[in-house]
Amino acid sequence: MPDNYFARYLPLLIHLVIVGIVACGMVLLSWLIGWRRPTRAKMAPYECGMAPIGDARERFSVKFYLVAMLFILFDVEAVFLYPWAIILRDLKMFGFWEMIVYIDIVLVGFFYIWKKGVLDWGEASMKRGGF
Amino acid sequence: MTSPYPFAAIFGILIVALTIASGLIWIERRLLALWQDRYGPNRVGPFGLLQVLADTIKLLAKEDWIPPFADKPVFIIAPAIIMITVLMSFAVIPIAPGIIISDLNIALLFFLAMSSLGVYSIVLAGWSSDNKYSLLGGVRAAAQMLSYEVFMGLSLMGVVLLSGSFDLVDIVHAQRKIWFIIPQFLGFVLFLIAGLAETRRLPFDLPEAESELVAGFHSEYSGMKFGMFFVGEYLGVTLISAMITILFFGGWMGPVLPPIVWFLLKMFFFIGVFILMRASLPRPRFDQLMAWAWKLMLPLALANLLVTGAVVLAFFH
Repeated sequence: MPDNYFARYLPLLIHLVIVGIVACGMVLLSWLIGWRRPTRAKMAPYECGMAPIGDARERFSVKFYLVAMLFILFDVEAVFLYPWAIILRDLKMFGFWEMIVYIDIVLVGFFYIWKKGVLDWGEASMKRGGF
Repeated sequence: MTSPYPFAAIFGILIVALTIASGLIWIERRLLALWQDRYGPNRVGPFGLLQVLADTIKLLAKEDWIPPFADKPVFIIAPAIIMITVLMSFAVIPIAPGIIISDLNIALLFFLAMSSLGVYSIVLAGWSSDNKYSLLGGVRAAAQMLSYEVFMGLSLMGVVLLSGSFDLVDIVHAQRKIWFIIPQFLGFVLFLIAGLAETRRLPFDLPEAESELVAGFHSEYSGMKFGMFFVGEYLGVTLISAMITILFFGGWMGPVLPPIVWFLLKMFFFIGVFILMRASLPRPRFDQLMAWAWKLMLPLALANLLVTGAVVLAFFH
């Protein structure tokens, strides 16, 4: 870029500081103004009036972990497309065919996880007996 | 060009953004009421306009409740994270020529990065509360927001292909002849849906689904910390509407009226669309939500990208 690199990012830094002050200020203000009067019922986790059983540090469906793993894979693949989109006009047809090959490879993996049933939730997943 | 008076720009944009976001609480309740044949808030001040002020005072004066069973530092930090990440995104939004905090050449990537960081706020809030509803809301939010983020970036790459830049100011200038809504209609639809899911607005409000999860990730929050999640959501709506305006509807460009008026008009139109969606659409099941993102939206976004690439090469070379 022609002009000073630092000059572009300085306002962003000032903005971050001010936004941080605003956010912390809101938390602090409610801590200062708000009153505290704890009772026994208030000290328990909210469970629609029932006495809570155990705490929330429990096991939950492994599907959520799978989504996290898929996200990392596909987001990294998507990130490769960002610079490609910028310089496609310079790469011309060569870049286009390269990307067709790349997306084909991505799609092979995509259909593999689709057929494996990783993308199925609820009943469809139960029928497969998997995950 | 970055604004010559950074402090004026920062304070101006922050005050306007926060005012619009809190004003939206009133606007949304009035509009929902209009569409549902009732009055909505109309008691405090003229047309109930002071309702927001009354709510703010009430939220500040409420008990500042930090549950003894919660992970305290994380519990306090979580609402601050959502405010900071959403407000940071406003730094790269060009409202009119010269009215921008920081004109980055990677503005679009900065926006995507900040919206990714927003996930932390929800997940940490849900996890640190140590409440089963909150935990469910938190993991749901994580899965939903991550899934919709994958194609959110991809849906915007069509715009990048056409304009050849990540700079939002350049993208607006590239729309002088034709708004990108016409060549990139599919990209617009994909981004709108991803934006709805990222802000966790109905029909994608499964993380906080009142009828099953009693407010989900923020069940245990009260007072201003709850208010921060609330304002954060409305700031998100404002941000996504501003991004749609810039990326697909020519930003500040328009005849006769000054640029800033055009920008605000377009932005408020999309905020209205967001509220109309809440008034009219039912909530899907969670498996439908995930299948929709991975099996339909992701392939569509890839197809849109390739077709746009082919068209750009065919017509501009």
